[in-house]
Amino acid sequence: MTKQEALHIYLLRMGDDSLILGQRLSQLCGHGPILEEDIALTNVALDLIGQATLFLEYSGELAEQPKTNDELAYLRLEKEYVNAILVEQPNGHFGDTILRQFLFDAYRKPLLEKLLDSNDERLAGIAEKSLKETKYHLRHSSEWVIRLGDGTEESHERIQNSLESLLRYAHELFFENEVDKLLIAEGIVPSAESIFPIWEKTLNDVLKEATLTLPKNNWKFQGGREGRHSEHMGYLLAEMQYMQRTYPNMEW
Amino acid sequence: MSESKGWPLWEVFVRSKQGLNHKHVGSLRASDATMAIKNARDVYTRRAEGISIWVVPSNNITASDPSEEDSLFEPSQTKVYRHPTFYDVPDGISHM
Amino acid sequence: MKDLNISKLEAIFQQKIDDDVKIEPNDWMPDAYRKSLIRQISQHAHSEVVGMLPEGNWITRAPNLRRKAVLLAKVQDEAGHGLYLYSAAETLGADREKTIDDLHSGKAKYSSIFNYPTLTWADMGAIGWLVDGAAIMNQVPLCRCSYGPYARAMIRVCKEESFHQRQGFEVINKLAEGTIEQKEMAQDALNRFWWPALMMFGPSDDDSSHTEQSMRWKIKRNTNDELRQMFVDVTVPQAESIGLKVPDPHLKWNEEKECYDFGPIDWDEFWQVVGGNGPCNKERVDARRKAKEDGKWVVEAAMAFANKRNAKKTA
Ligand SMILES: [Fe+2]
Ligand SMILES: [Fe+2]
Ligand SMILES: [Fe+2]
Repeated sequence: MTKQEALHIYLLRMGDDSLILGQRLSQLCGHGPILEEDIALTNVALDLIGQATLFLEYSGELAEQPKTNDELAYLRLEKEYVNAILVEQPNGHFGDTILRQFLFDAYRKPLLEKLLDSNDERLAGIAEKSLKETKYHLRHSSEWVIRLGDGTEESHERIQNSLESLLRYAHELFFENEVDKLLIAEGIVPSAESIFPIWEKTLNDVLKEATLTLPKNNWKFQGGREGRHSEHMGYLLAEMQYMQRTYPNMEW
Repeated sequence: MSESKGWPLWEVFVRSKQGLNHKHVGSLRASDATMAIKNARDVYTRRAEGISIWVVPSNNITASDPSEEDSLFEPSQTKVYRHPTFYDVPDGISHM
Repeated sequence: MKDLNISKLEAIFQQKIDDDVKIEPNDWMPDAYRKSLIRQISQHAHSEVVGMLPEGNWITRAPNLRRKAVLLAKVQDEAGHGLYLYSAAETLGADREKTIDDLHSGKAKYSSIFNYPTLTWADMGAIGWLVDGAAIMNQVPLCRCSYGPYARAMIRVCKEESFHQRQGFEVINKLAEGTIEQKEMAQDALNRFWWPALMMFGPSDDDSSHTEQSMRWKIKRNTNDELRQMFVDVTVPQAESIGLKVPDPHLKWNEEKECYDFGPIDWDEFWQVVGGNGPCNKERVDARRKAKEDGKWVVEAAMAFANKRNAKKTA
């Protein structure tokens, strides 16, 4: 594997995480629990779609046969998407949505911070822009986890359940294979090892303030990074790709 | 103003750029001040309309009574000497 | 204040209106003025929020990343507009959640246009172009409305609306320039949205119960028929310029009056839709009701949390 191939895949992961999570959040536009929060979640969705646009654009340029970001976003097979399984999970109730977001933001923020020092200038630039947005997302999601955890009995129970069902997908965010090894050696990306403790600390701090408890079940799912997704993914793609698949080769 | 058991109402003030006053832009609902600031950012500054936000619980605002408008504000209308145009400056004098 | 009798207050009030002095929240105003404003502003607010749904229906299927982002931003703006307007209504003492409950119970109305389904991507073009276009036409005069908070909210709204119409026109124009299938899609959207867009201006002046008083109070500044005519006159040439045909066999330029004559509007359909029998009335209100019901525990939790923290602070 060359450096270029590795970077292409790495950027695809970053782009797919943003794209698929942005797609999920955009399903909620118009259906938020209260108008103010509808607007807030849509802002997050917009930021993520914007980040996906940049990561996929760069990734596409590095592909063996160069592709546009739209081609990558809309015209791959399910097994070619390399987002983490976490981000494709359905929105569920508001607690599920927020917890999914929190687990992701808590990982994404330190990752982007480390990417500021990447030897790849363009990647560092995208990270810089995205970091400003992601800091805000993390604040938003962690404040909500705390509110729901330490709110009413009902909200506490609901978000504790969200944690039980979603935490198992979070560990995949720290997946590494030869792509990462090569890029870490080149000083282009940070190691999962360097991010995991930061993520874990954020998780523990927020859960503590939210009076939530870490689930005992420590089962760890993975597969998304290698293109093996959950059953939800096919439906998400069917919807997202609908226009491009129904009307091939047209401009919109 | 009647209030349902939902979130309280906050008045939002935005400073659009350095050197200008905060200006009232509207209101919104939020459960606490932190959320009110966040919501204000998302609702009232989506197009970079602001660099600083104040939020105040609406029920903490005391307004002057419009029926006393006359006694409150009219006296100042007759104090024309507070305004620079009250004074004659000879032609040819500038920077004043 | 006490010795001023109502008729004197009313005279002062009408004088302010006639002199184009804005009415502000704490000023004395006739009850009917307050009621009329609350009705109009909250209807408008509901329209913005319900209006998120037909377009929201296509965000997840937008054909490329740029369109997806633009549509998201646009629909989000509508939520903002709803909020500005609810906030203006609150200055008149209309509690937002109660106002919203009136929408959910079917008591309050909203713009009939949002009860039509969005069936193809071209509808995103037709809505931005025609529906936002008609809305702008309605709303620009409202920036001069006699009630201060409403006028100020409308200034914000109108500033933001201008991109909405342009993005819609861009969508439809792209289709009109595209393949045969795309062109057909565009024409079909125009066919379905043209008449409902004309109905957005409300019943004709002869049948409009609120117009006259609203004009005297400067809550409204043009009649429904005036605005509708203006809309037809600017929109028909736009359709022609991109090669689409307005679905009205009676449409004809009137040399003498220097405006378009157009065919009769199906007012039966209009009243049916206003009365709750449009293709999507039930879906729209159900969706909004569901959002509120599903969000109830969230709203309560945030409040409970805030109260706990406040108690800690003061303890
Ligand atoms: Fe709007
Ligand atoms: Fe509007
Ligand atoms: Fe709009």
